[in-house]
Amino acid sequence: MALQILLNLIIAFVWMFLYNDWSSSRFTVGYLLGMACIGLLNRFWPHDFYMKRVWAVIKLLSLFMRELVISSFAVMIQIVRPSLAIRPGIFALRTELKSDWEITILSCLICLTPGTLTLDVARDGRILYIHAMDIEDAEMLTNQIRGTFEKAIMEVTR
Amino acid sequence: MIKAIGETMIGLIVLVGSLIGALSAFGLIRLPDVYLRSHAATKSATLGVLLILTGAFLYFAFYLEHVSAKLLLGIVFVFITSPVAGHLNGRAAHRTGVPLWERSVQDDLAGIYGQEKEVRERDPS
Repeated sequence: MALQILLNLIIAFVWMFLYNDWSSSRFTVGYLLGMACIGLLNRFWPHDFYMKRVWAVIKLLSLFMRELVISSFAVMIQIVRPSLAIRPGIFALRTELKSDWEITILSCLICLTPGTLTLDVARDGRILYIHAMDIEDAEMLTNQIRGTFEKAIMEVTR
Repeated sequence: MIKAIGETMIGLIVLVGSLIGALSAFGLIRLPDVYLRSHAATKSATLGVLLILTGAFLYFAFYLEHVSAKLLLGIVFVFITSPVAGHLNGRAAHRTGVPLWERSVQDDLAGIYGQEKEVRERDPS
């Protein structure tokens, strides 16, 4: 992936050399042209086209934002209620992610989702211990984390 | 006309941010134990600070014609660091044996630290 970005930059600079014009607009045109070339010659590369990865990162960021807004409103509704009707607890979640980066991003995402907070990661990195505001729907939370977050993170890293 | 509408919108963003911050401070007083309090402190406070910084950034960008990169960096840093701070708070509390609220239902983490310690004592490598 880094190789593809480097090649794209080189194509942009060659485009600037061809016109002998050192403006940022020329660079942008060259970069877009290089992106098109790499995208069209995709099948000669061992890896996927790198813009796919960039798009996955953008999707992950928007997921992060949405979860932050939803979760803070959920917490605030619990706070301003006259009676505290919550049943907190700690549950264990087995994750399929492997590298340290993926687990870090997943635990940051969990910290920002509605009513969950990562407390600890097991020594081998396969189990996350999560404090939930409402343990009632631990099963539902588990499925949600598996379905959306792990998938979104895997799209970025693999 | 347009200017008045824009200024009102930015003012609303800042106002909502400060309201969210105030509510999360209220949650710090109201909720019963450390873990639930750190729920309130990490999420709502983060969103409040982010909204206030975004409002300040938009005002500087549109009305004073000064794009402030420092505010953007501040937004990114707060966004990255505050969940980690919440996680470390909760982890340190659980490691030192701070009890959960008495109405908590389930504690999968309860015996884990003891086991880890035993393993380390038996095999100190």
